[in-house]
Amino acid sequence: MKLNINTYLNKTTHAAPLAVFRIGFGVMMCLSIIRFWYHGWIDTLYIQPKFHFSYYGFEFIKPLGNYTYILFFICGLSACFVALGLKYRIAIISFFLSFTYIELMDKTTYLNHYYFISILSFLMLFLPANAYFSVDNIIKRKRYEHIPKWTTDSIKLLLSIVYFYAGLAKLNSDWLLKAQPLKIWLPSKYDLPFIGEHLLQQNWFHYAMSWSGALYDLSIPFLLLYKKTRWVAFIFVVIFHVFTRILFPIGMFPFIMIVSALIFFDANIHVKIINILKYLFKLKKEFVSLKTQPYKLKYRKPILIIVGVFLSLQLLIPFRYLLYPNELFWTEEGYRFSWRVMLMEKMGISTFKIVDKETGVFFYVDNKDFLTPFQEKQMGSQPDFILEYAHYLGEHFTNQGHKNVQVFVESYVALNGRLSQPFIDKSVNLYTEKESFKPKNWILPFKDDIKGL
Amino acid sequence: MITGKKNFLAVLITMLIMVACSSSSDDSPSDSGDNFDRGALLVNMADNIIIPAFEDLQTKLSAVDIARGNFINDINQTNLDLLSDAWLEAYKTWQYVEMFNIGKAEERGGDKGFVSFFNIYPLTIEDVQNGAASKNYDLDSSNFHDAQGFPALDFLIHGIANSDTSAIDKFISNTNKEGYISYLTDVVAQMNALNNSFANDWKNNYRDTFVSATGNTVTSSLNKIVNDYIFYYEKGLRANKIGIPAGNFSNAPLADKVEALYKDDVSKALTLEALNAVQDMFNGKQYNGTSTGESFRTYLAFLDRNDIVTLLNSRFDDARQKIEVLDDSFFSQVNTDNTKMTEAFDALQLAVVTLKVDMVNAFDIRLDFVDADGD
Repeated sequence: MKLNINTYLNKTTHAAPLAVFRIGFGVMMCLSIIRFWYHGWIDTLYIQPKFHFSYYGFEFIKPLGNYTYILFFICGLSACFVALGLKYRIAIISFFLSFTYIELMDKTTYLNHYYFISILSFLMLFLPANAYFSVDNIIKRKRYEHIPKWTTDSIKLLLSIVYFYAGLAKLNSDWLLKAQPLKIWLPSKYDLPFIGEHLLQQNWFHYAMSWSGALYDLSIPFLLLYKKTRWVAFIFVVIFHVFTRILFPIGMFPFIMIVSALIFFDANIHVKIINILKYLFKLKKEFVSLKTQPYKLKYRKPILIIVGVFLSLQLLIPFRYLLYPNELFWTEEGYRFSWRVMLMEKMGISTFKIVDKETGVFFYVDNKDFLTPFQEKQMGSQPDFILEYAHYLGEHFTNQGHKNVQVFVESYVALNGRLSQPFIDKSVNLYTEKESFKPKNWILPFKDDIKGL
Repeated sequence: MITGKKNFLAVLITMLIMVACSSSSDDSPSDSGDNFDRGALLVNMADNIIIPAFEDLQTKLSAVDIARGNFINDINQTNLDLLSDAWLEAYKTWQYVEMFNIGKAEERGGDKGFVSFFNIYPLTIEDVQNGAASKNYDLDSSNFHDAQGFPALDFLIHGIANSDTSAIDKFISNTNKEGYISYLTDVVAQMNALNNSFANDWKNNYRDTFVSATGNTVTSSLNKIVNDYIFYYEKGLRANKIGIPAGNFSNAPLADKVEALYKDDVSKALTLEALNAVQDMFNGKQYNGTSTGESFRTYLAFLDRNDIVTLLNSRFDDARQKIEVLDDSFFSQVNTDNTKMTEAFDALQLAVVTLKVDMVNAFDIRLDFVDADGD
């Protein structure tokens, strides 16, 4: 067994796929950052809000006022450097840190695909993505045709985890037996040409999409890994992601996934892609006289340990929800960082009541005084947001001179087409409740049953 | 969860069989596959609810203007009472219009749209009194949004100015009586002119735009009207009429923030009209009629969500009951037994939940334009 692992770790593969991946990743990230800035989201999401929702343990990470723009600039520039393979190691460290910092500034904007970018860039810290077709090659006058096989495989594994776990998450009674939430989402796209008025309104179509979506996620990693089905699988990838892009506001994610899926192909395709790039950018000469060397990984052992631990954690983290007693979709304890992508339709409204403990005098808070519409929407149905905001309100009104402040919330949440029901115990003073990884006993029980994973 | 996992394969197989068996019976009758006709919904709203309400307000406001003319020509208590009656009739009709802050109506008056010219209360009496004294006022300026419309008329007709002993003194013995007369005239003229322009724009122009914007984008009619409707219910009705006077948003009750403070005994009547307007709109009931057409209600029924329809109508009805037990004057109610006010607020709030969470969720439209990616 040990021998097998060592043989595997010593296997090498062509460096071109990882190089193409690096270029695709860098370009996509650079475009994403530009798009984010272009839409004015740096301002509306990070500068305008008075208050930011933090991740537990990362409360010290906050937007930097107008310097937030510089942070995004650094991030975008690093992505360009990554694409070029110019000072790759520094560029990818800088990208990972700036991107992750951005994501940690406010969890209102949490998206699985941002998390994916963060952990993927972490993995890329340890990979020789500049070994081939990079500016670093030209600077150092040498290039490497072959790199350890586990390096590209680790990216394939990460991508496979994303798909497969997203598929596992769909194996629940709401998704499969009720076609929820697609039954809510698809009919509302009635204004799409051709399919909107008819196909998207059909009951059978909601079920067909739910089931094929689950099947797609579960099978696509294997179809991509298996040579004979690879091309068909890739066509599926393109169709699936383009279709979801048309239906849902998911930004760059579909394109990132399509480009990423190229890594499953054999090296000859990547060599062709690189040749096309060389031709387009007239780079033929630059790479001719480079000395080709076998790639030797520095700090091999610690890197292997880190990558091994990292990938194991990725396999385990999505299952942490099993440690919590109540319905995952309802409490969302262990919901994030688990590839539960476009999985449920949850909406809530949370009204906060500030009470003077001594006199019983109370008043309600207008959330718009403190939160942006987007924050209010996200806060409305997520317990950790509700708790953090309750503490913020408690501090705010205590600082304003209110005495004996207690904070209660009247919260109603609708999940996957069920009628809204009370969400948080309104007799619990949230101002004295602490955030932790323990189950939150002030979340009221979910009055239904969702079976499955 | 762990045991669930053990039996997972069995469950999955059962699921497969269940779906296979139930797929044909799962098609509910309303889910016939044809799309809901949102155009018909918008037509019903425009032609049977919105435009008739604006037109009726036109009629009622010109009656106010006639009563005002009669009063100025012959200033006596009888004519003032007649003006008061006309004002109340128009104010009741206004309750059917205030939610339609859309089209030309939302182009003016800042954040609050056309409501800025009709129903911002509490009134800033000083602005009215100073305006009458100096004759220097500009009803188009945002400084005077809280010194015109129905609340200003309320004060002019029923309120007592500084150093006067009765309401009519403003127009007889007050040193600024000329100023009060012109202020009254200008306020009525402003309301008529604006409402005429909105009513005419609806009929000649906006109606067709409204009816044809059937998409599901931020600027589509259904999205806008749902947004306006819920905003009005939550803010214009629930908060302004009941919640704020009852002190739900402050440390203590604020009785003098009720609607129609100076007339005093009509705040309940106005609130009941507003609630009827909201419920009729939901059910697609023709303005001043009995027939119903395509509406939020029928849309929900199409989406198989009659549970929401039933719940919402019963919550509206509950809220109505809680309001009906209140004093005609909310000012008195707040000062005598505010608990009943907060109970009415709580009942109204439950319908906010059904509207904002359940209905919006079923329609799958965004309440406010949240411009960001999802996943």
